[in-house]
Amino acid sequence: MEFTRRDTLAMGLGAAVLSMVPFRASAAVDAAVEAFTGGADMAATGIELTAPEIAENGNTVPIAVNAPGATAIMVLAAGNPTPGVVTFKFGPLAGSQSASTRIRLAGTQDVVAIAKMADGSFARAASTVKVTIGGCGG
Amino acid sequence: MAASSLVGASGFGNWARLAAQQSLTQDQLLQFDTYGNISLIHVTDIHAQLKPIYFREPSINLGVGGNKGQVPHITGADFRKAYGIADGSPSAYALTYDDFSSLAQQYGRVGGLDRVSTVINAIRADRPDALLLDGGDTWHGSMTCYKTEGQDMVNVMNALKPDAMTFHWEFTLGSERVNEIVEGLPFAALGQNIFDAEWDEPAELFKPYKFFERGGAKVAVIGQAFPYMPIANPGWMFPEYSFGIRDENMQDMVDEVRAAGADVVVLLSHNGFDVDKKMAGKVSGLDVILSGHTHDALPEPVQVGQTFIIASGSNGKFVSRIDLDVRDGKMMGLRHKLIPIFSDVIAPDPMITKLIDEQRAPFKGELEEVIGKTDSLLYRRGNFNGTWDDLICDALLSERDADIAMSPGVRWGPSILPGQDITREDIFNVTSMSYGEAYRTEMTGEFIKVVLEDVGDNLFNPDPYYQQGGDMVRVGGLGFKMDISKPQGARISEMTLLKTGEAIDAAKSYVVAGWASVNEGTEGPKIWDVVESHIRKQGTVTVAPNTSVKVVGA
Repeated sequence: MEFTRRDTLAMGLGAAVLSMVPFRASAAVDAAVEAFTGGADMAATGIELTAPEIAENGNTVPIAVNAPGATAIMVLAAGNPTPGVVTFKFGPLAGSQSASTRIRLAGTQDVVAIAKMADGSFARAASTVKVTIGGCGG
Repeated sequence: MAASSLVGASGFGNWARLAAQQSLTQDQLLQFDTYGNISLIHVTDIHAQLKPIYFREPSINLGVGGNKGQVPHITGADFRKAYGIADGSPSAYALTYDDFSSLAQQYGRVGGLDRVSTVINAIRADRPDALLLDGGDTWHGSMTCYKTEGQDMVNVMNALKPDAMTFHWEFTLGSERVNEIVEGLPFAALGQNIFDAEWDEPAELFKPYKFFERGGAKVAVIGQAFPYMPIANPGWMFPEYSFGIRDENMQDMVDEVRAAGADVVVLLSHNGFDVDKKMAGKVSGLDVILSGHTHDALPEPVQVGQTFIIASGSNGKFVSRIDLDVRDGKMMGLRHKLIPIFSDVIAPDPMITKLIDEQRAPFKGELEEVIGKTDSLLYRRGNFNGTWDDLICDALLSERDADIAMSPGVRWGPSILPGQDITREDIFNVTSMSYGEAYRTEMTGEFIKVVLEDVGDNLFNPDPYYQQGGDMVRVGGLGFKMDISKPQGARISEMTLLKTGEAIDAAKSYVVAGWASVNEGTEGPKIWDVVESHIRKQGTVTVAPNTSVKVVGA
C-alpha cells in the first residue's frame, strides 16, 4: 500500500483507474484488429505471448511475442487510452519471428498479440496483466 | 509412467495411531521405514524462530475458484475429519486451532532449530546423503535477525548444512546485504525466476537449479523464489532484481535438466500452495514440489497429475521427510512424513543450542524484558484478523491518535497463551522487519475502499497466479462486509467507522495509521515501539472478539 501523504495524493488520482478493473476492450481495439486482419478469423494457437501476471511496475512491463512463420505481429494494450503499442514486421530473411519490448499499462488490462502468417491466416493470444498498488503480501 | 504405478505412501497413518495412544516419544515422532534410494528433508518459512514457540494454525483459510473447500483451505474439525485426526490429540494440537490454549498447556511449545537439528541428524543417520532443502523466509522475523541483518540465522542454518535454498523475505535485507550473504553461502542459492531487472535476464548470483548425485541417481533441484516480491514487499530495497512466476522459463529449465540426464526433478518453491498446484498442472516433468510461502502444513502430499506437492508449515514447527524410489530415470514411488517438532519430546542438539544461545547473548537483556501480560490468546493466522493484529491495530489507534488502523496480512508470528508474559522478543516476533515504520496519514473513504479491494484481490482472485499469498489487510476502527465470490471492485461494502457507527463517506478524509508501507521514505516510529508503549500502558492486555468484518460468498 501507499502511505506517505504525497504518495497517497498521487494514488488518489489513480484510484478511479484501479477501481474499474479490468478495462474492457474499447472501440479503438476493435478498429485496430479489423484494420490488421480485415475481419478474418484468428486461430488460438501459433503465437506465444509472454507477459507477467502481475506487473512489478506498470510503467515498464516486459512482454515478448513469438509466432514462427509470421510476417507481422501486432501488439495492443486493450485498456490503454491509446491501445496501439507496436507492429513488428518480419522479412523473408528473418531468423526468427519473435520480439520483446517493454510497454506502459494504465491499469489492469488484457495485452493482445495478433500474428499475420505468411499464408494470410491470423493467430491471436491475450494475457491479463494486473497492475496493483500491492504492499500487503506476506 | 501411469499415475497408478506411483506408490504415494505417507507416514501420517502411523502418527495418528500414536496420537490415539496419547503417548509421544522422540523415537515415535522420528519413526520412518527408510524407503527407495533418496531422502529429502524440507524446512521452510522458519521466519528466524531459533527457539521453541507456540503457533496456532488458522481458523479461517478460504479457498476460491477451483480451490474452494480443497486442502489447504480446510480448518479445524473439517481438517481433522479429512485426515482422521482425533480431537485433543497431538496432531489436532499441531495442525488445527480448536482448544489451542488448553492443548498448548498439555503438549508444550513447538519448533526450535536445535530440535530441528536432532531430526535432521536422525534422518542423516538413516540416509547419510539426505538432501536438506530450505524453502526460504529464513533470514527474517525476530529481533536478533533484525539486529544482525540475518547473520544469526545464517550462522545457525549453516551449521545444519543445507544443500540448497530459495528466497523471499531475505531480499528485504536489501540487495547489497543479500548479495554479501549469498556470495559466502556454503550451499546453492536457487531461483529460476530471479532475474536482472535491467536486462530481464537470469541473475548471475542465483542459479536456476543444481544437480546432486544421490543413491545412484541424478537429482535436479530447481529453485523458485517468491514471484511477487517487488509488489508485496518494498521493491526499492532490491531494485536490481525482478521476479515473476515465469512458468515458461520453468518448463525450459525442466526440459534442460531432463536433457542433461536428471532422473528426478524436485522444485524447491516459495510460490505458495495454490500457485504450486496450478504450476504442477502447467509445467510437465516436475516429480516433487516442496511448497512454501503460504505456511500450510499438510500431513499428506497432494498429487496433481504426476507431481507430488509437500507443504511443511512454518516457524520451525515441522520438518518433512520425503523418501523417493528413483530407478531407470523415473520416480517409481514416494514415502512422506510431516514431523511435528514437539519441543518437549524431541531432545535438543546441544551443539546447536549453544550456537543459538551465542547468537542471542548480546541481546539477552533486551529480548527477555517483560513488557506486559495477556489475558487472551494472541495469534495471527486467519484470512481476516487475528488477536495479535487486533492488539496492534488498537496500539496504532491509541498511540497514533487515528480513526482507522491498518496492519499487513502477513502469516508469520508465533502465538502467546493466556496468562503468559509478553516480552520485547514476543513483540518483535510479530512485527520485526526492515521497513517497520508506523505511518500516520489521511485517506479518503474512496481510497480506503480501493486499498481493501486491491488487497482482497491478491487473496481471492480465482486464478492463483494473481494471488500474492498473504492474508487480508487487518483493520482497526473500521467495519466492512466482504463478498469473496465477487470480482475486484465489488467485494467490499458496508464500510463503517466504528467509533461513530457512521457509514464511510467516499469523499471524506480519515486519519489512518498503519505500518509496513512498501513506499520509500515512509516516516514514523517503529511499529514494535508503538506496540510496546501501548502494552506497557495496559499492563495486562485483553483482546475482545472481533466482529467487524462480515464475510459472505465463502
